[in-house]
Parts: sequence; structure tokens; C-alpha cells
Amino acid sequence: METKNILIVGVGGQGTLLTSRIIGDVAVKKGYDVKMSEVHGMAQRGGSVVTHVRYGDKVYSPLVEEGTCDILLAFEKLEALRWIHYLKEDGIAIVNNQEINPMPVITGAAQYPEDIIERIKVTCKKTYIVDALNIAKELGNIKVLNTVLLGILSKHLGLEKTDWEEAIERTVPPKTIELNKKAFSTGYELEIK
Amino acid sequence: MKKLILGNEGVARGAYEAGIKVAAAYPGTPSTEITEFIAKYDEVYAEWSPNEKVAMEVAIGASMAGARAMVTMKHVGLNVAADPLFTVSYTGVNGGLVVLVADDPGMHSSQNEQDSRCYARAAHVPMLEPADSQEAKDYMKLAFNLSEKYDTPVFVRMTTRVSHAQSIVEIGEREEIELKPYEKNIQKNVMMPGMAIKRHIVVENRMNQLAEDANSLEINRIEWNDTKIGIITSGIAYQYVKEALPNASVLKLGMVHPLPMKLIKEFADKVETLYIVEELEAVIEEQVKANGISAIGKEIFSVQGELSVKKILSAIANKEIQTKNPEALPGRPPVLCPGCPHRGIYYVMKKLKLNATGDIGCYTLGALEPLAGIDTCVCMGASVGMVHGIEKARGRDFSKNWVGVIGDSTFIHSGITGLIDIVYNKGMSTVVILDNSTTGMTGHQDNPATGKTIKGEAAPVLNLVELAKAIGIKNVRVVDPFDLKEVEAVLKEETNKDEPSVIIASRPCALLIKEKKAPYKITDACVLCGACLRLGCPAIEKQDGKVVINDALCNGCGLCPKVCRVNAIVKDGE
Ligand SMILES: Cc1ncc(C[n+]2csc(CCOP(=O)(O)OP(=O)(O)O)c2C)c(N)n1
Ligand code: SF4
Ligand code: SF4
Repeated sequence: METKNILIVGVGGQGTLLTSRIIGDVAVKKGYDVKMSEVHGMAQRGGSVVTHVRYGDKVYSPLVEEGTCDILLAFEKLEALRWIHYLKEDGIAIVNNQEINPMPVITGAAQYPEDIIERIKVTCKKTYIVDALNIAKELGNIKVLNTVLLGILSKHLGLEKTDWEEAIERTVPPKTIELNKKAFSTGYELEIK
Repeated sequence: MKKLILGNEGVARGAYEAGIKVAAAYPGTPSTEITEFIAKYDEVYAEWSPNEKVAMEVAIGASMAGARAMVTMKHVGLNVAADPLFTVSYTGVNGGLVVLVADDPGMHSSQNEQDSRCYARAAHVPMLEPADSQEAKDYMKLAFNLSEKYDTPVFVRMTTRVSHAQSIVEIGEREEIELKPYEKNIQKNVMMPGMAIKRHIVVENRMNQLAEDANSLEINRIEWNDTKIGIITSGIAYQYVKEALPNASVLKLGMVHPLPMKLIKEFADKVETLYIVEELEAVIEEQVKANGISAIGKEIFSVQGELSVKKILSAIANKEIQTKNPEALPGRPPVLCPGCPHRGIYYVMKKLKLNATGDIGCYTLGALEPLAGIDTCVCMGASVGMVHGIEKARGRDFSKNWVGVIGDSTFIHSGITGLIDIVYNKGMSTVVILDNSTTGMTGHQDNPATGKTIKGEAAPVLNLVELAKAIGIKNVRVVDPFDLKEVEAVLKEETNKDEPSVIIASRPCALLIKEKKAPYKITDACVLCGACLRLGCPAIEKQDGKVVINDALCNGCGLCPKVCRVNAIVKDGE
């Protein structure tokens, strides 16, 4: 199999790491070689964060190169646009329609772009916009934002739903398994254009 | 059993399987998780030491006592630990001794991107460099064996992309290693000139022997392919090379010091063009060229930042990958969290127009607008010495407008000696210790002032007030950084005294507080004065001409209502 390249981007503190770890877990179980590059350290304090996930028959580099990404999963709109050029020609973008103002915007030194979704769509023909934050709020905990998004992403990776559910069971804290599975299902079943 | 694990967990697992008994460290990205993983093994004694020098000395002691031991740090930590390093190279070891150092090319979380391989050369200590998690584990075991076989400490060098990448590892069993007997041996372990002169000879012989043996060391391996292009590389750069140029012949160096010169010559002879692909300094390249071998390296690569598949393709294969340009967008630098205790101090310092020598920790993030609370950041502990130096250069009138700002962990790491200097040399500086009860920036490690060890056991609490007094500071004040009035009064008083002062701003890091408080909101009473926006809380923002609080981010800390003059900020639901 050709190596799958996935980028998960967002703002430090949004819980992007859990998502990538579940994908990694599934890929290992399916017998693939897997490499992932995570962000630990300074950027976790509300900075721009990115996790690279790659799996296939044999993977060397843990980093997704520009122009080769199959799927960009963005937890925040501005971050989606920041990484959009990593997508390959027919890549997919899944974008959580949430805005988190970075400090230069808060201080007035910069503007939060208003036309983000349009600009994303210019680059990426297959863009899915989803309001995962509100879905997570309705489920009772904004932290499951990440499993909602994972549910949406999983459908584009062509593995069984049960594979994912088992991986969730192995990965998340035991007390949160049910909630996370529910969040995953909600994302999985979501019809988005 | 196969497992997907971080490079740093691979290191920890390798140390564990190698029968390590003692692990000491001071946290620092990208090395921190290594010791956190090791601490989970009951068979291993693990500690956070106050700084890297102490950690190194603990590991040296453990090794001399006959145990396998390791010390872990980030690249700049090695500067702190360099003094014992250079001499333990002379004494050698008893139980195996591994020095794990994690470099940060690209400076994801560091103040510089120094290359630790230079230390290996300077201190005459062999160095291994793994390229993924499996190698991290395997090389740790090898490092302990080499350490005992050659009677030398051994470096294992990680870089961010190996430390923080996950890849698949075959988990093995722990081998219990007997303690080696301790024998007093002053010729070997007391480094006075007479003994050290003799040991230096041993060091040189050892390194010559290692350089010879490196030629047949399994981890230095040639992967023959098309011989038009030959590449010498190591660590993460190897992975990029394999991805970019799958047809090239590659000499992968698992040991980056000393170099296997015969093997390199043999490789160089058989390839048409030899390239050296290494991140940061031209360490391999300079040695190869000094041996009369022609090669291309930093002519086409920079000494700055990280390499990538794209850079290698462009430099060696002249293949430019056409990608879309990144969009021009507002940046997103890291910020102090909502609810961060440091915010209160910086807010008042800005109001008082104080200058500050800064230090390293979460509070360094307060250097950026809108708080813009510090003027400098050099290295851990520097704030204290520097504020004193400023006073000695320009006099007390000038220095009245300055304070030194330092975190609790950083103060214990290397601020204490600076404070002693201020007292001893009749300085009058004010030092503010931001005591948030944790080592925040590196992910919340305990330290001597938190009352807990790395294993979560209760420990005596270092009393910063008594410590400052014992040093000779008469003016020691403790404030709550969220009591803005008190902070303002105390800062004014202490900076105006012609005596040294310590102000301890005490409030726990927001991320240590687990219970969730209701967020605040801004009512129509808001007059748009912008006072709360100047707190630089990421939860307070302007939207469509109104100031609003983002309820998904606000942690309910209650600081912003205190700066609002018209009481427009209230708890949600009130
Ligand atoms: C010599 C050295 N060792 C380690 C580090 C990594 N490091 C950066 S900040 C920091 C801890 C800061 O803790 P503290 O002073 O308590 O401040 P906080 O982050 O909690 O605000 C560490 C360990 C470093 N930069 N330099
Ligand atoms: S982790 Fe703690 S100390 Fe660091 S910025 Fe966040 S609240 Fe402040
Ligand atoms: S209460 Fe105010 S200062 Fe504190 S986190 Fe919420 S918005 Fe930020």
C-alpha cells in the first residue's frame, strides 16, 4: 500500500494528540508500519500544533511533506488554512468550524481573516466543514471534540467501525470510553457536504 | 510484543531492559518524557534533580558504586552539566553510565540549537545516535555495554523528531545486572593533576581503540545501492535520506563519535559523489574532509534548523518540489494559559513601567504583547545575575526601575547562587520568584518546592522564604499574584528600597487545578476601554466591535473582573 499521510492541526490544548494516537493504534493493529510526529513542549501553551501520521508498508520519515498530505484534519479554521498547502492535489480537508483568536489578533496587531472557508475551498476541492464544538457540547463535554472529528475522518480511511471502537477502548481513559465511543459514532454518522 | 511508542519511551524501555538502577534528570524539552517513563518502573530509582549538574553527579556516584545509571537532559542542560562530564571522561565508570542528551534542531522549544556532538568530541566521550524508537531502545542497551567494556561514559543523542516521534518497537525483558563491587581507587577516581595526567593517556588510548572498533560496529552499516550517489548520514537525517533518495547508497552511522574512518574511506572509494547529510554543525563532514576524503556537505546544506525530504531532494537531486505557497496569516505564538498566575504580576509590572531581566519557563511567554513583561531571556538563572550586573553598570537610580523575574523551578535550578551574589556584593536588586508550585513549561514536573518526588511520594518542601532569608535577604515578601493592589504596593516599596528584596508570588499553575470553575462573561455595561484585553488572556477577544469572553477557553480564574472599572465582567449565570 502507498503510504497514507495525515496531518492533524489545531491549537495547543485542543486534544489533537489523542486523535492521532487512536489512528496510530488502529494502523498498528492492521499490520502497517506507522510513524507519527507529535508536538510536546512550548507550542502546547496555546500555540499552533501539528501531528503528522503516516502509515503504509514501510515508512521512514515521521513527517508529512508539503504537497503530499491525503487528509488534513483541522481543529480550528485558521490552522486549517495555515497547513492547507500540505495537501496533495486531490486531498481532503476536514475542518472544525471553530475560531480561536491568536494573540496578535487579540492585541489588534492582526486581523482574523474573514474568508477562511472560501480560501480553503480554493485550494481544496474536497472540504468538509463541521461544527464539532457544538456537537461535543451537546454530548456533554467539549473535550470529546477530538473523537467527534475522528469519527468523521475515519470514514475516509476505509477501515471497519469496530476497529476504531476497539482502538478507542484501548486508548482513552477507562471512565471516558462510553462518552468517547458515542462521540465517535456521532461523527461517523454525520452527513456533511 | 510490538508497540507503537515515542522515541523517548524507547530510550526509557532500553534503559530498563539494560538493568539500569538509577536515573537522574532535570526536565527539558525534548527529553522530559524519558525520565517520566523510567519513573514508572518499580525496579529503578528515578529522581528529578535540582539541575543537570547535580543529576550528572548523582549518576556518576551511582556508577562508581557499581550500578548501571543514566542522566538525562536537553542540549542546553549539557552546558550546566559540562563540568562533571569532562572529568568523568577521565575517571571512567564502574557500572555502565549513559548520558542522554536531546537536541532541538529548529528550536521548537529552546533558546538555541547547539549541537551536542561537539561535546562528545570535546570531552572525548563516545556518542550513539538512534533514528527511531526501536533504535532508541537498542542503542541504550548497547550504550551500557560499551560503557562497561571501554570504561567510559557513553552519550546517546536524541533530537526532537526522534524523541517525539512514535514508531513500532519490539518490547523485551529486563535483564537484572548484578552490582559491581566497589573498590576504592584514588588513581582512577581522584582527579588531581598527578592522577589526571595518567588518566588522560588512558582516555586517548580508549578513544583510539573505539575509533578502530567502530569500523566493525554493527550499527555503523552500509546499505549498498546505486553507487552514483553515496551518502553518509545518521539519526533522523537518515530517515529523510531514505525517503528522498531510495536508490542512493547510504552509510548510516549509529555511532557519531568517534567516527569509523576506515569504513568511511571504503565507502567513499566506491561511490562517485559523496555527500554528508547531517543536521546542524558539520561535525562528520569536517572530520571526513580532514582525513583527505572529498565530500559535499554544508556547501549545499545550512547549519541552521532541521533538514527535510524536500531540502535533500532539492540540494542533492536538484529536484524542486512544486508546492503551493503557504498563506500569509497571523501567527499563533504560544501564550500564557487562561487563568495563568503569572499574568497578574506582568499586568502590574507593565502598569508600573518596570523593566525586567527575564528567565526561562512559562513566564517567558509574557515577553510578547500585550503583557511585554520582560526585557531579556538568556538561560536558566540568568535573570538574577543580570539584574545585579545592570545595577553595577548603571547605578541604583537606574536599577530601581528593574526587577529580575524567575520561576520556582528555575530559581532552585540556578537562581540561588545569583541571589547569594547580590547579597555578598552589596546589590540592591529586587528578584520576583513566580512560585506556581510546579515546573510548568516542560509539562508540570515536581521540584524541591512542591513537596513531591517524581514517583509521587511525599517529600520535604523547600521553604523559599526561609531560604532567601538564610542567604541574607532581609526583605522577603509573599504575595498572591492575583491580588493586584497588593502586588502593586509591594513592587513599589521593594524596588525603592536601597536593599535587596525577594518577592515570592505564590499561586498554583492553572493547569494544576482540576475542578472546573464557571466562566465569566462581559455584560452590556462594558465601555470598551480595553483594560481586560491588556491582560493578554487568550479567552478575552474582540468580536464585531464588542469585547467578549470565549466560554470554551475561560477557566473562571476571576482576574479580569479585577481590572474592569465598570464591573462589566461577571460570572456566567449571575
Ligand atoms: C539548562 C536548562 N535546563 C532545562 C531547560 C528546560 N526548561 C525550560 S523552562 C523550564 C522550567 C521552568 O519552570 P519554572 O521556573 O518553575 O517556571 P514555569 O514554567 O512553571 O512558569 C525548564 C526545565 C532549559 N531551558 N535550560
Ligand atoms: S501551564 Fe501553568 S504556569 Fe504555564 S502558562 Fe499555563 S497556567 Fe501558566
Ligand atoms: S476569568 Fe477572565 S482572565 Fe480568567 S480565564 Fe476567564 S477570561 Fe481569562
